[in-house]
This record gives sequence, structure tokens and C-alpha cells, in this order.
Amino acid sequence: MSVHPERVLLLWIPDWPALAHRLVSDELDADAPLALTEQQRVVACTPEARGAGVRAGMRERDAVSLCPELAAFPHDHAISQRTFDPVLSAIRQRVPEVEALRPGLCAMRARGPARFYGSEEAAATVVLDAADAATGLTAARAGVADGRFAAEQAARANREAPGVDAPHERIRLVASERTRRFLAPLPVSRAAEPALAETLFGLGIRTLGALAALPESSVRQRFGPAGVAARLRALGTGSAAVEHVRPTAAPRDFAVEAAFEPPLDGADQLAFACVPLAERMLADLAEAGLVCTGLRVEISDDIGVRHERVWDHPHRFTAADAANRVRWQLQALPRAPERGGAGIGALRLVPERTDRAAAHEPGLWNTGPDARVHHHLSRLQSRFGPDGVGTLAIGGGRLLASRQHLVPWNTRGPGHSVAAGSHGPWPGSLPGPAPSRIFSPPLNADLRDATGGNATIDHDDLLVAAPATLEVPPALGASRVAAWSRPWPVRERWWRGSPGRHRLQVALDEGDAWLLLHASGRWFAEGRYD
Amino acid sequence: MFEYCSMASASLVRSLKQRIEDMQPVRLDERALPTAPALRPLFPGGALRKGASYSIHGSLHLALACLAEASRAGEWCGIVGCPDIGADAAVQAGVALDRCIIIPDTGNDALGVAGTLSEVLAVLLVEGVSLHDTRTERVAARLRENGSALLHLGDWPRAESELRVTGSRWTGLGHGHGLLHARELTVTSLDRRGPRTHLVRFENGTPAAVHGEPGRVALSAV
Repeated sequence: MSVHPERVLLLWIPDWPALAHRLVSDELDADAPLALTEQQRVVACTPEARGAGVRAGMRERDAVSLCPELAAFPHDHAISQRTFDPVLSAIRQRVPEVEALRPGLCAMRARGPARFYGSEEAAATVVLDAADAATGLTAARAGVADGRFAAEQAARANREAPGVDAPHERIRLVASERTRRFLAPLPVSRAAEPALAETLFGLGIRTLGALAALPESSVRQRFGPAGVAARLRALGTGSAAVEHVRPTAAPRDFAVEAAFEPPLDGADQLAFACVPLAERMLADLAEAGLVCTGLRVEISDDIGVRHERVWDHPHRFTAADAANRVRWQLQALPRAPERGGAGIGALRLVPERTDRAAAHEPGLWNTGPDARVHHHLSRLQSRFGPDGVGTLAIGGGRLLASRQHLVPWNTRGPGHSVAAGSHGPWPGSLPGPAPSRIFSPPLNADLRDATGGNATIDHDDLLVAAPATLEVPPALGASRVAAWSRPWPVRERWWRGSPGRHRLQVALDEGDAWLLLHASGRWFAEGRYD
Repeated sequence: MFEYCSMASASLVRSLKQRIEDMQPVRLDERALPTAPALRPLFPGGALRKGASYSIHGSLHLALACLAEASRAGEWCGIVGCPDIGADAAVQAGVALDRCIIIPDTGNDALGVAGTLSEVLAVLLVEGVSLHDTRTERVAARLRENGSALLHLGDWPRAESELRVTGSRWTGLGHGHGLLHARELTVTSLDRRGPRTHLVRFENGTPAAVHGEPGRVALSAV
């Protein structure tokens, strides 16, 4: 399925990653040869390095031996992307709809700009000027042809290539009727994947013209869809999905803020004011096809003190969720008496993490927690505070109280509940059944031997005398001990001078069992087998 | 005369009901919640029932074990007003922690919270409700309406079944050696079947069948 492609204006900055790296680092000379490497292979180099024989795909060692003064850096995609963004926004000032293909390469429809600026040449000049002004270099090239593929080939083409108009040193125009003539002599590797290109080359099909001359049915039979796509490109008539320009939306700032005069005092007022604000932000996000999964709430005092916190949401924020987070954050603020009547002067909501809305649609068969469960728990949570409702998660640790923690409802999605390293070896941890009640902090306990003295543990980690009675006020009155284990040591953070601790299991006459902790000569009840 | 008749017919109805119940074949009770095999003899009908309230005295571990099978079967559970619950013990008993909602502190309103939660959770374990609270009846009605079971650690008016731990014995621990391993609870159940005594054995925190007579009532009719 092929269509006649639209005219495309394409801007290409050769060697952009290398140039971008030179732009952001101050200490590099403007004309020093520079190469970017990935896994010991050159991925991009400056024209100076290219002049010395360095090529992309070359091993780093070979490149340095060809050009000893070469400065090689690891390739950082973020840098090339970040530095290309100002170029894109400069072009958007002149031509509204731009598709960013990759750092250093962007495409736009040529028809509108050509009509507006008078001709394709004038439009290309305007775009080139914008790019030059944004980069401070004169490296950019422009190509105008039918479809993205032909336009990219045009931007790379020589002045003297057949079918090419070169009104300016850096502008190449290929008229519609000359597209096939222009594409025909190009090597077949320009249109096909490397493996396919190699096969074609081996079969004697070395130019796009030779590929285009093959009958489509034969290409489909022998090379499948990839071959057909390559042939269409060689003909200058790709499919609309590949050849047409799909403008990328300019990055938007979705943050919303509100200032309050007079300052608000009270969480409910602020939460109430937050709802329309959050609704506006979420509507903007929804328009862009996004949902918010992480929200930064910035609350500013009237005296200029700012409190920031990032809140996560397992699914997506609604306005009510955002209002809850604002309320909790405000409740957690220290209430300093000397602040007097100070209230909240400004509120700012920033979507910290967003995701495509399509990824958050509820499935046909509900996969997340039941919506009703979620609703009821959220309501209880707004009553008891963020830490009032949650699920337990087990982490790593020796003491039982430090092994478990409450994960507040609404904060994290499933799959985060097991902390990393929780399965590690924990010498001194409790084998066998765990006590159903855990005291955090441990209760004071009183373990005495037959003479009424405090039971003690000697340097060999043994009880000096057999324990006779246990008392844990107020949960347990003095009771006779029926059986006990050998004390086992829990030595933690000895490098910080923490005293060694011992654990002891004790079963009482009436059938109860307790887990005791001995530290610095005193006994504590860590848990009870209730 | 009339009085005598009504009394006679009442006792007749009761005895007939009893006979019907005895003759009735084992059927799937749609109001039954999944219950561990070792704990089935404790409950009338052989399972926890939706909409019923149970009163458990003397062992949090037993309550967790009652909750566990439903949790493992995919139901949402809740533990209300019990801040010192041990997560390890809950996991050993078989509770799925990611579907078990914990509300540690209810600010003296465990009953209201239990009523709210009964709308969404299948089994609730509640501690710290005062018997003098007049709302227990209303909460019980909500439970019946929403079909969720309530296990209360303490007294509960008109409970479906009252389980009371009357004896506990640990094995595995000696005088200065060994570790706690297994526990045998003597549980007295009081329900419409009358008082009965059962033996429940926990091995490494999991309810296990009592040796010899798996899952059966070990002692009967105290």
C-alpha cells in the first residue's frame, strides 16, 4: 500500500552527538578532533576527526592510532538530546509542526512553509538560519524532497548528484518528478537494513535503481515485508506511516499554582482550594494523553518558607487524591508557635512523573485492586492519615520489629513490597515459628532465677542460672518458667559500639511462650506467642 | 392446655429440625468461606460463614489461622485495632500480606471502622471493641448484609461461635536447649452444637492435622 508522499523539509546536522558534546564542554577546543564511543567503538566524530580517517563503527584503539590527538568520550544520549531541544524550539518559532526524528535530525512538512515564505528554498533558508542561530555553528543542512526518506538522502547528497538542485551550499532540493532519478544511483544500503543490504549486494543489486527495477511480487516472495518496504523507499513512494511527518508535541509545563491572599490557615481550606487547581492540571495532562503518577506538592508560607514533598500514586492521581496529599503534607508540617498567624501563601502542584494514559486504562477484567476496596480505604485514610491504613511488608533485619513495616495505602503499586536484600543471611534471626504479637519498642521484662536474682548471661553466651519466673508488667504477672532455650547472640553494629544482645525463648507453666531480649544486663519482651 | 400444646409443638419442631439437620446430606454452603482443614471442626457447619461474627478468646495466632485460608484463596482481609501484629507470624499462618489491610489505630472506634470495612473486605479480625458499645447489633446487621465474617478477639454478643483457648502446650523447648517448634491448643467451642473441646496443633505456625485422627474432633462433649 503506497501513496504519493508529501513534500518534506528535513534538517540534518551532521555529527550532531559529537558537536553537541563539544558545545557543552568548555575545555575542548573548537577544532580539536573528538569522537564519542560506545562499547569501545566510535559512534560519532567531528569533521576534524573524520578528516584524519576516523569513521563511525571503528574500534576506539584504531581511531586513536589514526589520529593520536583524538579526544574520545563515552557517548551520552542525554547530552545530544538535551542540546538539540533548543534547536527544535528555535525551528518551532518559524515552522509550527516539527517531528524530532533523533538528535540532529528533524522533519517538517514543506508545503505550508514553502507557501508562507514564498518557495521551498526560502523556507529551507529560514529553518537553516534558525538552527544556526540556536547552535552557533554553520553545520546544518536542509533537504527537500518527496517523503522523509528521499528528503534525508537529499540532505546528505552532493551538489553534483543527478536530479539535485543546490541553490545554496547547504540546501538540496529534489523536485517531485526527479525523485526516482535522484534515488537510482544511491547504494542499496541506504534503504535496507544491513543484513538485507548485504544479501542484495551479494546478488548484484547494488543501487536503489536496481532494487526498484525488480518486480514487487518477486521481492515479496524472496525478501518478505522488509524487502518490499526497501523497494518502496527506492521508488520514492513509501507508505504513509513511514514517509509522512508526524509532528511531535512541544514539551509543556503542566505545573499549576495558586496564591492565597489573605493566607489560608487550615488544612481543609487548602485542600478545598487544591481541588480545582488539580483538576486543571489533570485536564491539561489528559489533553496530552498523560496521567500523573507522581506529584510534587510545594506549599509556601506567607513568610517565604517552602515545604516540598513528592507523593507517589500506585495508579493515577485524581483531584481528590491530590487534595488528600496536600492535606497530609500540611498536617505533617511542624507547627511553630512563634509563627503566630502565619498561613499558607501559595500552593504549587507539579506532575513529577507522568505516564501515557493508554498504559493506565483499566483492563476488561479488572487487574488492579477492586475499585470499591480502593475507594473505601482511601476514605478511611483521609480520616486516619496516610499511615493509618496500609498493608504490612516484610523486609530484612534481625529484630522482628525492624523486619516489618507498614506500607501506607495508595502510595506504592504492587511489586514494591519486598525490600531488596530481605533474603540475605541474618545471623541471630529467629528460626521456627514467629510470635504473633511484636512489641515495638520492646516491653520491660523481669526474668529471675530460683534465688530471686536477675537472670544474667555470661561471656560464653550462657545463662548463669536457670530462670524460674518471668514477669512482663502489665501484660503478664509473675509466672513460673517451664522451659527455655539456650540464649543466642544478636550482634549488630558492633563497629559502632552497640552492645551485644541475646535472644531467649521461654515457655511458661500455663502454656504461654515469650521471646525475650537481653541487652546491657536488662531483659525485654520482644514478642509474645499469643 | 393451650400452653402445654405450644410447648409440646415447640419441642416437637425442635426435634424434627434436629432430625432433618442430621439427615441432610453434605452440601455446598454458598455462605461458607474457605477454612483450613485442621480448623473445620471448630465451626458449626465446618467453615467460617459469611455474615457471621465469631468471638475468639486467648489466642491471636488462632485468629490469624482462621483468617488465613480465606486470604490465601484471594479474599481481601483486614486486621483492625491490633497494632502489635507480627507480619512473620501472619505469613507463617498463611495470610497474603498484600491483600490484608492493617488499620493499627482506630482512635477508639474499632467498631465503626469494622462496619465500614465490612462493605469491602471478606474477613475482618478486630480487637478492642467494648461490649458495652450499643452499636454492635448494627454492625452485626451490616456484616450479615454485606456477607463478611468478623473475628473478634474478645466477647461478642450473639456470636455464631465462641472459641476459648483453655490450654496450650509448646513442644521443642527443653531446659536450656531446643527451640519452640509446635504448639497444641485446647480449644473449647460454644455454638449451637453445644460446648465441645478440640485439639488444634500448630507446626511452625501453620495449623496441622492432629496425629491419629486428622481433622476430627479429638474430644467431645465436655
